[in-house]
Amino acid sequence: MTAPAAANAALDQTVVSLPVQETARVVRDTRPLRLITCGSVDDGKSTLIGRLLWDTKAVKEDQAASLQRDSSGKQNDLGLPDFALLLDGLQAEREQGITIDVAYRYFATDKRSFIVADTPGHEQYTRNMATGASTADLAVLLVDARVGLLEQTRRHATIATLMGIRQFVLAVNKIDLTNYDRARFDQISHEFRELALSLGVRQVTAIPVSALKGENVVYDGRASMPWYDGPTLIGVLELATTRSAQTVGFRLPVQRVSRPGESFRGYQGTVAGGSVKPGDSVVILPSGMVANVTKIVTFDLVRNAAVAGDAITLVLDRQVDVSRGDVIASIDSQPMTGLAFDAQLVALQPEGIQPGKRYWLKSGSRRQRVQVQPVSQLELKSGKWNHADELPMNAIGKVHLAFDEQAIFDTYEQNRTTGAFILIDPDTNNTVAGGMITAKRAALGGIHTEESRVILSLPADLADQLMATELFASRREDVEVRRVTAGKAVNIIDAIDG
Amino acid sequence: MPHTLPETELHNPQSTKPPLDPHLKALENEAIHIFREVAAEFERPVMLYSIGKDSSVLLHLARKAFYPGRIPFPLLHIDTGWKFREMIAFRDEMVARYDLDLVAHTNPRGAAENVTPFTHGSALYTDIMKTEALRQALDAGQYDAAFGGARRDEEASRAKERIYSFRTPDHRWDPRNQRPELWNVYNGMIRKGESVRAFPLSNWTEVDIWRYIQAEEIPIVPLYFAEKRPVVERDGMLILAEDPRLELLPGEVKREEVIRFRTLGCFPLTGAIRSEADTLDDIIAELETATVSERQGRAIDRDQAGSMEKKKREGYF
Ligand SMILES: Nc1nc2c(ncn2[C@@H]2O[C@H](COP(=O)(O)OP(=O)(O)OP(=O)(O)O)[C@@H](O)[C@H]2O)c(=O)[nH]1
Ligand SMILES: [Mg+2]
Repeated sequence: MTAPAAANAALDQTVVSLPVQETARVVRDTRPLRLITCGSVDDGKSTLIGRLLWDTKAVKEDQAASLQRDSSGKQNDLGLPDFALLLDGLQAEREQGITIDVAYRYFATDKRSFIVADTPGHEQYTRNMATGASTADLAVLLVDARVGLLEQTRRHATIATLMGIRQFVLAVNKIDLTNYDRARFDQISHEFRELALSLGVRQVTAIPVSALKGENVVYDGRASMPWYDGPTLIGVLELATTRSAQTVGFRLPVQRVSRPGESFRGYQGTVAGGSVKPGDSVVILPSGMVANVTKIVTFDLVRNAAVAGDAITLVLDRQVDVSRGDVIASIDSQPMTGLAFDAQLVALQPEGIQPGKRYWLKSGSRRQRVQVQPVSQLELKSGKWNHADELPMNAIGKVHLAFDEQAIFDTYEQNRTTGAFILIDPDTNNTVAGGMITAKRAALGGIHTEESRVILSLPADLADQLMATELFASRREDVEVRRVTAGKAVNIIDAIDG
Repeated sequence: MPHTLPETELHNPQSTKPPLDPHLKALENEAIHIFREVAAEFERPVMLYSIGKDSSVLLHLARKAFYPGRIPFPLLHIDTGWKFREMIAFRDEMVARYDLDLVAHTNPRGAAENVTPFTHGSALYTDIMKTEALRQALDAGQYDAAFGGARRDEEASRAKERIYSFRTPDHRWDPRNQRPELWNVYNGMIRKGESVRAFPLSNWTEVDIWRYIQAEEIPIVPLYFAEKRPVVERDGMLILAEDPRLELLPGEVKREEVIRFRTLGCFPLTGAIRSEADTLDDIIAELETATVSERQGRAIDRDQAGSMEKKKREGYF
């Protein structure tokens, strides 16, 4: 979109006139792009989103009227309304002029629809930023052009990356207050690119922005910044990609067992990876039983396939013991099961994460007891991991997880559902951390004795025969049987032989 | 031995519809996931059923979530006694058609003291007949989770609310201290007496609701469609004038106009809009060019700035 001079002129007047209403026929052939705004306190996140809503005509007349009303008295030098008030909907936020909790808003252009989460910059509310980041496809990181990168900017960039966001827009905001200083913009962009690279992020678009005046947000800012010929914010958002489907095998975390009558037993859940069709062989974890899929039931029809994201009811060909918290997975590509894992996490509450304390861990529909051993903490300034025995609030840390019962995970990198978890403090019932699995641990530090287990990878029919024997029943603790297809078994044996 | 129903019994006869577009499908999947999660994690869930368009979508999604089983919790209707006549008729028809468990509750104190929107003003009336009534019903049923059809796009304080929204034993919401809510991993752990309000439609917009109603052929109260109806104009709102309890004030005249409703609540507090939209296509087209938000027709939101947040802190949905 290019700025009709009239649109900008209209906004320079003290009387706020809404942009001309156009019919918004939105293309809905993709799911909406989910994005967050993040960055340090007062850098203009809420103002930017407010401006984005305003310029995409997502603000209705009655809302514009109340914005006008609420802005009066505390208007800025430019006589523009306080666009942040479109987002900061809590009384405490309005009183203090800061964002406390994440606000979700919805808007669309004629190219696509968006879900935006405006997160708070204040360090005290980092947990609410993490809430917004966990589901986002893209992060718009704001920096005040006069101030540059702060520790909080680094914290947000790091958390966003940990949570799997790989597309960043760096909005160098309040550029109007620097006299549209190009050197300043270049310097901040350079500094951020270095940070991004150190975090493993390549996809960064830096844009000089005035959120307040609406320059390079929806309309371009050529009039004030002839030196900038890159895209506007909305231009980048329209072309961004949503998180691609995960590549590992089929996963169905079982939410509940449906037994409406004697003759029907179905396993309900949302497909968390891969796909499934009738006839597929699946394994039920942690029990390791196998079965074949006979039907995929939904309200509308019996389907011939289901893919990641689908909420389904699965019917199996034999009576197996399946309950809530189990994971039904493809035989060929199973998640990891074990009693010890490595993870990274963000500590979200004042109590931090205490060593040796037993928390509840919830991942998918599975909730179990876990002991968390902090290993190291990220020093934001240097990017170094320092040894740590406990993690204070807002810390980003690496930890060991030790379970009493088998846990089932993929790495977060492979699967953002089966690799993610939250920790719940059993004393307060509050969510105290968000975490991402990085690996299964082989060495167990003597807490458990799983080292001695032998893993047998066998074709499914052989595995079943073996597990049915008396001998096996007595050695269950020592042996873990993994069912694979005959073809895969041949590969494994070949690898050992040759 | 396979444990399945014969194919024909599983096949829903309604299913001649084309598949949903990816946008609506994603919203539907998310809502079904939330329904199942709450039903599995809580001992006594209940679903708030207000008979409006959002409730109709909510009900449809609940049926889908638990199919081929029944909805495993009751529906709760807070009946203020001042709902549109057609809403109550519609409610009873849905209960019969879908074999639902319905609990209807009216605040006995309010009824005994004859609290009406005319005599007590909209704020006090809402407080007693809706908020207090809801608290009574939730306490009486000892429900530990209550589904609601609220959407984040409705209002600025709703935009801040979690999908699992934690409530204290006296039903209060503390917006400054919400639990973090990451990914779609919901924390349903509560102590006795505490509860959670769960919002499967959090990420839906008004247009999504209508497009879904159209795609899924979901029945809704006919008041949403334009028709010639008797109205009076009061405080800048068009009030439906069919209930004998509505007394005309001096200077007010009852006249016939082609109107419809964008939201439905208590008839004396819900304004109609002048509109010719009498099909879903028309309604969607009207919405896509609408210049005012849907809550504009509601007296209760106009009382004061931040009024929704205040009501929610006190236990309103
Ligand atoms: N001149 C100028 N002022 C701006 C611009 N963007 C934001 N501001 C002002 O900066 C102040 C803070 O803006 P907010 O949008 O509330 O900042 P925020 O990043 O959302 O703050 P928190 O959410 O509390 O972290 C407000 O007074 C805005 O009017 C800009 O581009 N130019
Ligand atoms: Mg803000």
